[in-house]
Amino acid sequence: MLTKRIIPCLDIDGGRVVKGVSFVNIRDAGDPAELAAFYDSEGADELVFLDITASSDGRDIMIDIVRQVSERVFIPLTVGGGIRSVEDVRRMLEAGADKVSLNTAAVHNPQLVKETSDFFGSQCIVVAIDYKATEKIEGGTAPPLIGDLPLGPASKWEVYTHGGRKPTGVDAVRWAERASELGAGELLVTSMNTDGQQSGYDLEYTREVSEQVTVPVIASGGVGNLTHLDDAIKIGKADAVLAASIFHYGTYRISEAKDYLGKRGVPVRPVQVQ
Amino acid sequence: MRTPKIAVVDYQAGNLRSVQKALERYGAEAVVTSGASVIGDADALVFPGQGANDSSMRALRARTLVDPISRFIASGRPFLGVCLGLQLLLESSDEGVEPGLGTLPGRVRALPRGLKVPHMGWNQVEFVREHPVFEGVPTGSYFYFVHSYYADPEDKGLVAGTTSYGVEFCSVVAYENVVATQFHPEKSGAAGLKLYENFVHAASWG
Repeated sequence: MLTKRIIPCLDIDGGRVVKGVSFVNIRDAGDPAELAAFYDSEGADELVFLDITASSDGRDIMIDIVRQVSERVFIPLTVGGGIRSVEDVRRMLEAGADKVSLNTAAVHNPQLVKETSDFFGSQCIVVAIDYKATEKIEGGTAPPLIGDLPLGPASKWEVYTHGGRKPTGVDAVRWAERASELGAGELLVTSMNTDGQQSGYDLEYTREVSEQVTVPVIASGGVGNLTHLDDAIKIGKADAVLAASIFHYGTYRISEAKDYLGKRGVPVRPVQVQ
Repeated sequence: MRTPKIAVVDYQAGNLRSVQKALERYGAEAVVTSGASVIGDADALVFPGQGANDSSMRALRARTLVDPISRFIASGRPFLGVCLGLQLLLESSDEGVEPGLGTLPGRVRALPRGLKVPHMGWNQVEFVREHPVFEGVPTGSYFYFVHSYYADPEDKGLVAGTTSYGVEFCSVVAYENVVATQFHPEKSGAAGLKLYENFVHAASWG
């Protein structure tokens, strides 16, 4: 049976792994290649590396990191942050990434999703969506970045870009559908309301998107305990769960998470004894 | 035993570095190439693949790689197809109009509707026949899959492993010198690396 995936996320700044709490309060949590090898041995099903500087310097550093990681880690690796062009995607894949995640650049230029997925295949294009519950709109909003996906009276969530800082006026459920239609092979959805709060994933948005699209959905933002993982899969209908601090700071080991989920009837890949 | 030279076919097919690093890990000289003579001279060949049937077949033709790959398979030297590198061995595909290499009679079919597609993640392979490349890999082991179509060879006797996702499909073909997997062994942790270790071993003695 296809198993649900547990994916540690490593935020990278200046070549080191950090974790932001609600994208501030950054603490240093280690060397990327070491941590990747550690998580592989712990039973992680995939790894996500996110360049939180999203700068051209950051991309060059990330390429070096991906090259180092791919020497010794043989599980899927997704890289995101500051990816803006077909050429950026190509360089990451050549360095040893399996998937590349597009976020801000995809909202500004949705055709990038189509171009990159046509060229490299949908399986390696992840669209990352940062979203927030819509606030009460008075006197209208700025024109949406994607003209035909504006927030409406029924919109419950808005897309944010630039690491979750900038509102876009774009409906986050409709953007998820559009990204999938344009060729994204997977969606990584992060709630800016719950991220770093350790109070659980946004189950409502995750479920809504998972039921609307045919591609796999990775829940992200807000996990604080193992029940949250179970909820994201059973209530949120997520195909995979992303987590950072609960693993980085040793609150739980991946084997504990898999035992917990396995006992509750969620199919997981057993952690291999090494 | 000597250092085998293993060619990895390069035709803009995604992440080849992991394939190369997995082969090197077990002592092979791994050459990523689109050169027909490099392929012709290799001790073993890996035919990876990602992406779509038609664009990939066109990319192979544009690089005049179809004949060198077919000749290599016919030569009896160890051959490993991965993911699309399995599907392209068949004659035709639901995914497009371009014919495949036709090494194996049969068709590539779309996964059934109603499930998330692509079939992405770790799933089990039940081995139904033995082959030296799978020695030491227990049946029921988990491997990493990413695909929307699956190979359906006419000769079911060539199917060495199966996997369930809405349908029970052929996830491994293995006969004589040919092994081809729908999953990515280079992305499947210890189980997948064992397969590369066995493949390099076969290439060393070939």
